[in-house]
Amino acid sequence: MAQSKVWTRLPSWLIYPVGMIPAVYLFYAAFTNQLGADPLDALENELGEWALKFLVLGLLFTPLLKIGRVNLVKYRRAIGLVAFAYVFLHLAVYVALDRQFGWWEIWGDIVKRPYITIGMAAFILLLPLAITSNNASIKQLGTAAWRNLHKLAYPAVLFGALHYVLLKKTWEPEPLVYLAIILVLLGWRFLQFKRAVKNA
Amino acid sequence: MTVYKYNQPLPSEITSKSDYLNRRSFMAGAAGLGLSPLIGMAAAHAALKTSKSPYSTDEKTTALEHVTSYNNFYEFGTAKSDPAKYAGSLTTRPWTIDVGGMVNKPGTLDIETLLTKFPLEERIYRFRCVEAWSMVIPWVGIPLASVLKQFDAQGSAKYVAFETLQRPEEMPGQKGIFSSLPWPYVEGLRMDEALHPLTILAVGLYGDILPNQNGAPVRLVVPWKYGFKSIKSIVSMKLTEQEPPTSWNKAGPNEYGFYSNVNPEVSHPRWSQASERIIGGGIFAARKETQFLNGYADEVGSLYEGMDLRKNY
Repeated sequence: MAQSKVWTRLPSWLIYPVGMIPAVYLFYAAFTNQLGADPLDALENELGEWALKFLVLGLLFTPLLKIGRVNLVKYRRAIGLVAFAYVFLHLAVYVALDRQFGWWEIWGDIVKRPYITIGMAAFILLLPLAITSNNASIKQLGTAAWRNLHKLAYPAVLFGALHYVLLKKTWEPEPLVYLAIILVLLGWRFLQFKRAVKNA
Repeated sequence: MTVYKYNQPLPSEITSKSDYLNRRSFMAGAAGLGLSPLIGMAAAHAALKTSKSPYSTDEKTTALEHVTSYNNFYEFGTAKSDPAKYAGSLTTRPWTIDVGGMVNKPGTLDIETLLTKFPLEERIYRFRCVEAWSMVIPWVGIPLASVLKQFDAQGSAKYVAFETLQRPEEMPGQKGIFSSLPWPYVEGLRMDEALHPLTILAVGLYGDILPNQNGAPVRLVVPWKYGFKSIKSIVSMKLTEQEPPTSWNKAGPNEYGFYSNVNPEVSHPRWSQASERIIGGGIFAARKETQFLNGYADEVGSLYEGMDLRKNY
């Protein structure tokens, strides 16, 4: 209990510098050619995987509060924004370094390749959430509308995991584990929602 | 009477007299120049005796370190780094290839025979993976045609079916519930493709014997097709009349065809094949435009005359 109090007393801005450490390391290693034979592929994939990790973390706050009675909700906005930063960097690396601003090829990817279509959809769903992750937006939209808007995180995270599963040539354990964890976290919310409707 | 038993050296391990003498003169020269630390390196690179080939490209070769650390060899795991990590456990001696099917003289082919009884050629080839990356690799090999000749193909044989070793105790990727592909890995070529002088059985890399992660001790190299056609660690070659099944085609028939010729015009469902990333170029290297038949159109283009390569992808 004492420990959880320490955790709740830390300032939430700490999440930003700590959360971005892997990104700083990855870009440093990529620029200095320390990511193996195909550094671009490694950079792109690692950024995407960190994005998924932070998105999953973002889904843990509510069950932690309701089941575990641990309130860490004050860190959620920072976790969400760090997740978006990774999504953005992942996309930026794809556009600038992988496709080298070949817009026609990028358009072809989005239209023809399901894993890229889904990944891009996840990014578009997350965009308004990142823009409205501030107190002024909550005031402007009203709490209820803001909460509804931020439920877009659910399909976005699911799309993110599907993007990972589909980009592999065969069924691989790692992306399937992410998908399973996300399905459990979303499934739990769905059951909560059904119970709430029934009790109303 | 006591019989002394000792391990016989393999033929490929015996240093030829000329090499032995060369080494002596080289050592003497090197000692004179104070280059003794370099001797070990030079000796390692003189492991296989090869001749040059007009089929070699003069493009810059990919660093050995990259060729041996970035591999798709799903028998050892699906990550590019898995083969370098786990292929060390593969036993590559003794090793024989079963050659059968529609041949008049079926038999086995020993790796030692391949290494010592056939003239080895250095073939520096472009290597293009279906995942849209590429390398330039100095293979050491033997034209498949000269090997198959020994087994006397029957006139009605139309295809060659290849098979990779299946040995789960040494190949961790073949174990477990997440087995990525059905094993053993199988591949195939049309007879005229198999007999084309560009098609080789590779037994070496950078002048030395093939590292395990690159498909030791013997693999196919078909430089105008996507890399997965160049089947590794071959244990069987059978001549057939019917088109043989191929592993990736079975796993995803709409993605991977039997031919799988490098073709920038035919887009893959996962990757545009118009351009490729050159391994070793770093993160800012410009993409290279992919060439039809990986730049070997002059040599092998005629094999596909009159064929619709969009349909026969």
